[in-house]
Amino acid sequence: MPSALIEKSFRTKRLPHIWCPGCGHGILMRDVAQAIENCGLDPDKVVIVSGIGCSSRAAGYMNYNTLHTTHGRAIAFATGVKLANPDLHVIVITGDGDCTAIGGNHLIHACRRNIDLTVVVFNNNIYGMTGGQYSPTTPHGEKGTTAPYGNIDYNFDIPKLAEAAGATYTARGTAYHAPQMIKLIEAGIKNKGFSLIEGLSVCPTYYGRKNKKGSAIKMYNWQKDNCVDVKKAEKMTAEELEGKIIIGEMSHSEKPEYTDMYKEIIKKCGGDK
Amino acid sequence: MENNKKLVINPAWCKGCGICAEFCPKKVLQVIHEKVQAVNEEACIKCGLCELRCPDYAIYIEKEGE
Repeated sequence: MPSALIEKSFRTKRLPHIWCPGCGHGILMRDVAQAIENCGLDPDKVVIVSGIGCSSRAAGYMNYNTLHTTHGRAIAFATGVKLANPDLHVIVITGDGDCTAIGGNHLIHACRRNIDLTVVVFNNNIYGMTGGQYSPTTPHGEKGTTAPYGNIDYNFDIPKLAEAAGATYTARGTAYHAPQMIKLIEAGIKNKGFSLIEGLSVCPTYYGRKNKKGSAIKMYNWQKDNCVDVKKAEKMTAEELEGKIIIGEMSHSEKPEYTDMYKEIIKKCGGDK
Repeated sequence: MENNKKLVINPAWCKGCGICAEFCPKKVLQVIHEKVQAVNEEACIKCGLCELRCPDYAIYIEKEGE
């Protein structure tokens, strides 16, 4: 018998999931379910939309209305779902490659519109499902199967990218810091507008192995030792922050939401009569 | 110690990653033959950190009445 939360939020007949031993995605997926539970959302009003990749398997396991879409297009499908029925709580689960490479344009344009979606990016710094190719979040100098001598690209800072494109809530959490991650997702769900929460995952199988990061346990200890809360980081010098990753709420602002503005336009044109 | 809470392990879902054992503040858990076991259950304070960090939902704290 699984725990009450798992029993309620997951299709338990499909568990255990296919993710590798030590993969952070399972922790992050539980965080999403816990955040939905904490927000007290009606499961019938929740839609989980995912794309393609390790992260996107989540839509198959979660026991809500779910939509598993094509590569990079999760946000595009989610936009359609939300516009057709603005009363739904639409949560997108996507990966670093799915969200910022293949779906990069969908991401920035959804941010620009400030449509009320909650996007949770499971960032494992690599394309796990297809064999460890480097992604837009593989850190500069790190290796992948397609960057055997080190990646010369610079990586995206996803919350910064989303904020610059117009998202009204951006945050970064990690699989290790689960209690904080749950709170960040909750705040994202509550934000009326586009919310992006990056969840740093752990990929021991490809990213870890290619870059000699050691076991999954070592990788979680790395997150524990090298992530600094944004409030603490404010008091630290640039030198002290060298090589550290800042976690917590990155930005929160208010702006009219897209489906509300769309309703206004329909009303203005007499379409509501 | 809270008596209405119980530590539950589901070996069928455990993949033996050992995250729960590593971060257990009371060193209650140990991975033996690729499955986690509670080797020091008396010391468990039912904090639930293992449940929060188990990627496979194989360990959790059961509350009475659930």
